[in-house]
Amino acid sequence: MAAAASTRMSPPARTALWGFVLLWFVIAAFPFAWTVWGSFKVEGDFFSKADWTFALTGTLTQIETGGAFTGDGYYGAWVQEEFWKATLNTAIMVVCVVAISLTFGTLGGYALSRSTYRYAFWLLIAALLFRAMPPIALISGYLLPFYQWNLWGHLPTAIIVLVAINQPFTLWMLTSFFRNIPKDLDESAMVDGCTRFQAFRHVIIPVMWPGVITTGLFSLLLAYNDFAVTAMLLSKENQTMVPKIASFLGTTQTKGNIMFAVAAVVSTTAPIFLLVMFFQRQIVSGLTAGAVKG
Amino acid sequence: MAFGQSFVGDVKHKSFFLFILPSMAAMVLFIALPILSVLVQSVFAPHEQVIVEVKNCGPFGCTESTMIDQEATEKLRAEQPLGRFVGAEIYMNRGHLAFGEIGQAWSASEGLGDFVSRVLNLPFYGALAFTLTYTAVVTPLAIAFGFVIAIAVNSLPRLFRGPMIFFSLLPMIVTPLIGALILFWMIDARGILGSAIQSIAGDPNLSLKASTPLTWIMLMVYGIWSSAPFAFVVYYAGLQTVPQDTLESAMIDGATRWERIRYVVLPHLLPLTTFMALIKIMDNFRVFEPIVSFSAAAHAQSLSYFIFQDLGGETRLLSSAAATSVLTIAGVAILLSPVLVRNWRDFNRMRA
Repeated sequence: MAAAASTRMSPPARTALWGFVLLWFVIAAFPFAWTVWGSFKVEGDFFSKADWTFALTGTLTQIETGGAFTGDGYYGAWVQEEFWKATLNTAIMVVCVVAISLTFGTLGGYALSRSTYRYAFWLLIAALLFRAMPPIALISGYLLPFYQWNLWGHLPTAIIVLVAINQPFTLWMLTSFFRNIPKDLDESAMVDGCTRFQAFRHVIIPVMWPGVITTGLFSLLLAYNDFAVTAMLLSKENQTMVPKIASFLGTTQTKGNIMFAVAAVVSTTAPIFLLVMFFQRQIVSGLTAGAVKG
Repeated sequence: MAFGQSFVGDVKHKSFFLFILPSMAAMVLFIALPILSVLVQSVFAPHEQVIVEVKNCGPFGCTESTMIDQEATEKLRAEQPLGRFVGAEIYMNRGHLAFGEIGQAWSASEGLGDFVSRVLNLPFYGALAFTLTYTAVVTPLAIAFGFVIAIAVNSLPRLFRGPMIFFSLLPMIVTPLIGALILFWMIDARGILGSAIQSIAGDPNLSLKASTPLTWIMLMVYGIWSSAPFAFVVYYAGLQTVPQDTLESAMIDGATRWERIRYVVLPHLLPLTTFMALIKIMDNFRVFEPIVSFSAAAHAQSLSYFIFQDLGGETRLLSSAAATSVLTIAGVAILLSPVLVRNWRDFNRMRA
């Protein structure tokens, strides 16, 4: 039908719409392409005072390094500034956050989806309110107790805080996924003598994976993309990628070092690129899950 | 369901709480208690230094001088880490609600415009003004832009739609700090967009970073760029479920394309719009990362950035940050109150 509609569209309307798509494509994709390209140049080319075409031809890169492309930015970021450490920290953090969030979230989301009591409703509303809290506003509540109890600066602290900040969203999403799993499934198991937990373990867990994977992707993105929590709660040696990039900006904005930040930015974006590529369908279904049902 | 079994469908109270316990514990410990913690912190201020008077007697008589008793100060701070109770003082000071300054501005100002500009120079009101403007501008524009993209992509041949969705997702999915940095580097005076704008404006010294209105516009452009994809994806999914028979009967009745969009598609998508507006208002209200990336703090501050600034730096101004946090949380509650009321009505209808 959609194809039929497009054939019925008048040619000028179609041209206008396709032109718009092209424009949006450039707006959405060009900044990334440009930055990836520029990350292999020297600062004088990517930030060219003289002529913007230097970024294309790599004039100064030729003069300074002898080739049209250079990996100096990457070398500086990964080796000299030890970005690999931050990458490792991010990997540990993201894996832990996703695993814990999903464990807590599936249990809670399942219970919420199977209860019509008033308190279940209020819990979801409280979660919605918590979801709206700016994380940085909560962080000012953590700092003093975390200093007092010597919890500040460690990776596990950031992990558990991110899990908590993730929970409201995880609960909402998983509750709506579990509501789509027919109640009859676990009810009949319970009629057959299973306890609630056994029903969950043997009947629900085997069929819940599509919803769990989608929710897991969003937990992963939230932990990976976080700046507020990781910047405020991690000490310098435990820094993850995003606050590390921010610290490149603050301290090393001398000549040449801005390219470290550019290289680090490209390095951090690459995994997200792959993630979207492989899980596009799940991401789209997750984004629309809440919306389509209202 | 037969009698006696009527509770099978509902989780019993005990197992409900066992299931929800880990999740609840995490939220109570790290969301609810911190909210209480900021409330408490916001009415305490750090201890002042303990001052002692010392008599110095020398050959020319005695002089009295004051000095800081380091030991006593340390002791006091260790004993009462919260500081001293000051009540609403922090809320009233110049950095927050600043009623005193507003009163002065009112009596000193020559007209309404002058008064408003004086108030906006106060840091809290400046941040509030930017945050609200950003939310009010970015939310509708991003939704509208996303809608047009959805219509346009939906008119493409099927082959191109998947790749278009892939590229469209990028500005939204990418780390906000990084997305903003990528744009920021391009509009730098030495970046590609920056030099393009300079040559269009014919002013080789034009710097977007140096002007307050241009900084605001840049931040909002980033906001629209990064949140339009969400609207696009939701609307695009909605477009796939538009009732086809209604569309076709509209076509048979001679409705133009525009009329079909206006009378069939838009009403179908309206419920999605309320949902999206809610999510986007929540997200835009806490705008934060782009201000860090654009190093725009001199020209634009949001409430979140205001808190961040108090927390970072040499002296951590915990009390001040806590007061701003409480005010921000109050703002979120006010923004969300209509949604809560609506949800409550829906819930009652569902139960009835």
